[in-house]
Amino acid sequence: MIQRKKHNNVLPGFGPSLGFTIFYLSVIVLIPLSALVFRAAGLTWGEFIDTVTAPRVLASYKVTFGSAIIAACINSVFGVIVAWVLVRYRFPGRRIVDALVDLPFALPTAVAGITLATIYSPNGWIGKILEPHGIKIAFTPLGIILAMTFIGLPFVVRTVQPVIEEIEVELEEAAVCLGANRLQTILRVIVPLLLPSVITGFALSFARGVGEYGSIIFIAGNMPMVSEITPLLIITKLEQFDYRGATAIACVMLLASFSMLLVINLLQRWTRRFAE
Amino acid sequence: MSIAKASSDNRYTQTEPFFVRWFLIAVALIFLTLFLLLPLGAVFSQAFEKGLTVYLDALKEPDTLSSIKLTLITAAVAVPLNLFFGVTAAWAIAKFNFIGKNLLLTLIDLPFSVSPVISGLIYVLIFGLQGWMGPWLQEHDIKIVFAVPGIILATIFVTFPFVARELIPLMESQGKEEEEAALVLGATGLQTFFRVTLPNIKWGIIYGVILCNARAMGEFGAVSVVSGHIRGMTNTVPLHVEILYNEYNYTAAFAVASLLAFLALITLAIKTIAEWKVRQQLNNN
Repeated sequence: MIQRKKHNNVLPGFGPSLGFTIFYLSVIVLIPLSALVFRAAGLTWGEFIDTVTAPRVLASYKVTFGSAIIAACINSVFGVIVAWVLVRYRFPGRRIVDALVDLPFALPTAVAGITLATIYSPNGWIGKILEPHGIKIAFTPLGIILAMTFIGLPFVVRTVQPVIEEIEVELEEAAVCLGANRLQTILRVIVPLLLPSVITGFALSFARGVGEYGSIIFIAGNMPMVSEITPLLIITKLEQFDYRGATAIACVMLLASFSMLLVINLLQRWTRRFAE
Repeated sequence: MSIAKASSDNRYTQTEPFFVRWFLIAVALIFLTLFLLLPLGAVFSQAFEKGLTVYLDALKEPDTLSSIKLTLITAAVAVPLNLFFGVTAAWAIAKFNFIGKNLLLTLIDLPFSVSPVISGLIYVLIFGLQGWMGPWLQEHDIKIVFAVPGIILATIFVTFPFVARELIPLMESQGKEEEEAALVLGATGLQTFFRVTLPNIKWGIIYGVILCNARAMGEFGAVSVVSGHIRGMTNTVPLHVEILYNEYNYTAAFAVASLLAFLALITLAIKTIAEWKVRQQLNNN
C-alpha cells in the first residue's frame, strides 16, 4: 500500500493547481448550471407546477423514463452475457469484439441515430424483415427503446466485466468441493458477487438513456403524447422562444439526473465494498 | 485459437457444458452484430451506395467543408483546454489530501450526468438575448449563442471530465514516491513534472484526449441547442449530417456521417492500445 503522509507534503504546486481546478470548474460548469436553477426560481410556484405537469410534458416523462427502464433491462441481460463471454470464453475475434463494445461511446449520436433509423425503417435491412410480421420499430416508441439500448450497452458491460475478472477461482472451487454443481455455483456464488455491479450498470445505462437526444430523435417519430422524449420537448419550447417553459422542464430533468447521480455514487461505493 | 485448446489452458477449473458455452457466445455475438456491427456497416454501405464519385462530391461540397472546418476549430480549442484542466486537477487531487476532495470529484463528473440538451440550454440562458448577459452583449455587438463561441463553450462543457477522470485514478495508483525522489535529488517542480510525472501518465493522457476529442467532434445535442443551424456558418459536422438527412439527401448525409464513423473506429483503435499500455505500466510498477 502506498503510504500517505498527511503533513509535510514536499510536492509543489498544490495551491495553483487546486485554485485553477476550482476556477475552471466554476466558470464552465457550476455557474452555468446555477443559472438554470436561478432562472427557474424566477417563475412562480404555480406557473412552475403548471408547466412541468402539463399533459404533454407528463406524457414525455412517461415515454422517456419508461423507455429508459426497458432499455436498461435489456442491457442488463445482454450486457452481462456479453461481459461473461468476453472474460470467460475464448473464441476467434474476441479482442475485436471487446474493443467494439465501446462503439456507442465513440460513434457520434447523430450518426447512430440516422443509421438506426435507416436500418429499422420499413425498407431498411432489418425493418424489411420485420415489416411483413407487423412489427414496426422506426418511428414508434419501440425505436426509442432501440436507440437507448444502443447507447446504454457499454455501461453495463464495462461495469460488470472487471468484476467478473476479479472473481477468485478459489470461491468457485470451494463451492465445487462442498458438492455444488455448476448451476448451484453460478446461482449461489457468482450471481450474488455480480449483483451490485449489474445494478450499477443498470443505473448508468438508465441515466444515459433518460438524457439522450441525438440518437433518438431520428428514429422516434416524435409524435407529441406518443413518442416525444423530454429533451426534445425542451428544444421545442426553446424554438418557440418559451424560455420559461424550457427552463422549468430542464430543472425537473436536472433534478432527476442529480438524484440518479447520487444513487449511482452510493451503488458504486457498495460495488467497491463488495469487491474487497 | 481453437476452443479445445483454449479450454485446456483455461485457468478456470470449472466451466459450463460445451453447448451452453457456445449458446452464450452465439447470443452475445448475435446481439452485438444486430446492435453494433450492422449500424456500422450500414453507414459505409449507404455512403458508398451510389459510388465513389458521388461520395467524394458530397464531401467536397462547400457547406460540408465549412462544417469540417468548424468542427476542427471547436475541437482544437476544447480539447487542449480540458487537457490542461485534467492534468492540473489530477495533480491537485491525486497527489495531495484535502477536505472536500470527494465533493470535488463528484462535481467534476457532473457534465456526464446532465442531458446534452440541458448542457446547451444553460449557455442560452446566460448569453442568449433573453439571458443574463444578453442585453449587455447585444449592446457591445458580441455574439456568443447561435455563433461559434457558444458552440465551443457547449463542447467544452460536455467534454469537461474526460481527461481528469482518466488521470486521477491513474496518478493516485502511482503514488508520489518518484516525484519526491526527484525533488530530493534537486529537480525543480516543473522538471519533476515533465521528466517524472509526464512519462508515467503519457498513455493515460492519450486515452483521455482521444475520448475527449471523439466527443468534441461528435457532440450533437448540446451544440444543436446553441448553434442556430446557420448553414455554412454555425454547422458542425454532426449538425450538417442532420440537415442533409432531413433534406432527404441520404447519400450525402451518410457520406459525411462516414467521416465521423471513421473517427470513431480510429478512436477505438487508439483507445484499445492506450488501455493496454496503461495496464502494462501499472503491472510494471
